[in-house]
This record gives sequence, C-alpha cells and structure tokens, in this order.
Amino acid sequence: MLTEKAFVLGCSAIGAGLAMIAGIGPGIGEGYAVGKTIESIARQPEAKGDCTRTMFIGVAMAESTGIYAFVVALILMFANPFIGKL
Amino acid sequence: MDGIGQGPRVAFTLPIFGGIEITETIVIGWLIIAAVFLICRYLTSSLEKVPTKKRQIIAEMFVGFVNNMVETTMGKKWKHYAPYIATILVYAVLGALVSLLGLRSMTADFNVTLTWALMTFVLITYYKIRSGGVLGYCKGFTSPFAVMLPLNLLSEIATPLSMAFRMFGNISGGAVITSLLYSALAALSKLCHVAFEFGGIGVNLMQLFIPAVLSIYFDLFSGCIQAYIFATLTMVYVSGADDSPDETEAPAAS
Repeated sequence: MLTEKAFVLGCSAIGAGLAMIAGIGPGIGEGYAVGKTIESIARQPEAKGDCTRTMFIGVAMAESTGIYAFVVALILMFANPFIGKL
Repeated sequence: MDGIGQGPRVAFTLPIFGGIEITETIVIGWLIIAAVFLICRYLTSSLEKVPTKKRQIIAEMFVGFVNNMVETTMGKKWKHYAPYIATILVYAVLGALVSLLGLRSMTADFNVTLTWALMTFVLITYYKIRSGGVLGYCKGFTSPFAVMLPLNLLSEIATPLSMAFRMFGNISGGAVITSLLYSALAALSKLCHVAFEFGGIGVNLMQLFIPAVLSIYFDLFSGCIQAYIFATLTMVYVSGADDSPDETEAPAAS
C-alpha cells in the first residue's frame, strides 16, 4: 500500500512540522525582553542607546533554541538522512 | 524545489591524496582573504602621527572599537587578545555580507562555524588547564556536587556546538528563505505574464524589489549581529576560563 520511501518522507514532514512548535519559546521570551527594555527606557530616556544595544544582544541569544529547531526542520525537509538508510 | 537547502557546490578537485574537493566556501574564503589583505594595505599606507587622511581615521576607529570591546568584556589583562577577536569579527562579518554580491555566504557552511567554535573550545580548555592544572580541570567538572558531572560535561560540549549552530542556522536559514522567496516570485511573475526569457537568462519582473528589502534584515542585520555575538561569546568564555586576578595591576589603595 505505502512504499517505504513514501512512509519515511511523510513522517519526516510531520517531524519537521512538530519541530517548529519550538518557535513559541523565542517569541514569548523576546517579547518579554523588549517589553522590559521599553519600561527601562521610559524610566530613564538617556540610557536609550545602552538599553537598545543590550536588548539586541539578548534577543539574538534567546533566538538560539528557535534556530536549533529551524535547523532540524530544514535538515528533515531538504537533506533527509533517513532516505539514505533505506 | 531542487537546489534549495543544498550544500555548497564543489568548485574543483585537487588531485592529491585521492582527490580533495575544493568547495565554493573555500574559494569565497580565499576571495575574502585577498580583499581583507588589500583593504588593510590601503588603510595602513602612509601613516602619520597626527592623522590627516580619512583612511587612517577609519583604521584608528576600527582598532579603537576592538580594543575597547576586548578591554570592557575581558578585562585589562587580556588586552593581547584584540587581534584574534578582530580577525574573527572581520572574517565573520565579511563571510555573511558576501551574500549581498550574489555569492553563497561563507558562514552558511557548518564546517566554517564549527571550526571557529572548536578553536574557542581548545582555547577554553587550554586556559583552564593552564590556570588550574589537569587535576583542577577534572575537579572542575564535579563542582559544586559530584552528581553534576554528566551535566557539566554536557554543558562543556554544548558550548562550542551552540555557538556554531547559532551562526550557521541564522545565516543559512536566511539563505533558504531568500531562495524560497525568489522561487515564489518567479512563479508569481509567470502568473502575471511578466516573465521574460533572453537567450538562456530568465528575467522575472516581480523579483525586482521585495527580496532587496528583506535582504536588509537577513543579510545585513543578521550577519553583523551574529558575528558580533560570536566574538562576544568567544571573549566571555575565554576570559571566564582563567578568572585569576591580574597580578601586574597596582593594588587598590586602602
């Protein structure tokens, strides 16, 4: 009914979709960080440059786990290692 | 969809040792090395003690920026690390910005970022062993409790891997999204009958404006920020591996 390759490809597609559920984390975390930055700028407008620069560094760090999930999804979709093992 | 998300193509093969394949990444790396060499020769030609030319001011700005960054993050006793950090910074920024010229970014290849991260790992291990001895290095894994040994080992391995994956994922993810966007705009052009073909070259009019705007985020912003973060993390980890206070500084006045 289903060939092996079709089954593996289908499961890889589902896996790639499940992997990107990890995109929730950076969204919430970075939004929180930006909110705190806006609060601190409102409290002390002269520190705007420092606050913004530190915020960008923190946002790029928090983005990491989302990027790991993205890499897993890309590998499953475009460079699938399971097909070679069939 | 073929050709999206594939690795760098092989440019040519050296016939020694059974054929070493030279990929796009290495060739573009050579181009970057040559470009940096020429820029440095140009910027440092005819230096004067009081700068009057623009190029000396630019060179001094860059050196001052890197020196300031190294002193602020690592402390005064690590001032000699500025050339290494400047190399990593320039190499990473240019490796990502090359995609503005239509070439494939050098840092979109996992081998490149993994190499730099492994260099940082070797540096961290070297400084830990140098400041604590081999026994101190092994005991460091069982602090604060002995049960933390597997967790500490894991975090030691995860450090360079996460640095490598962060830069690779950001840059190559941006490249994949841009190529998907180009394909989508080509299909849209065919739909709106604005796709032309001149000899072997296809021109799709809908591809003209939108990818350039997105490339401001994916190429410029993301490339520069990831390079800066890679350099900052290298500095933080290396200086954290050897925490001992500076003995040559004058003791604080009591």
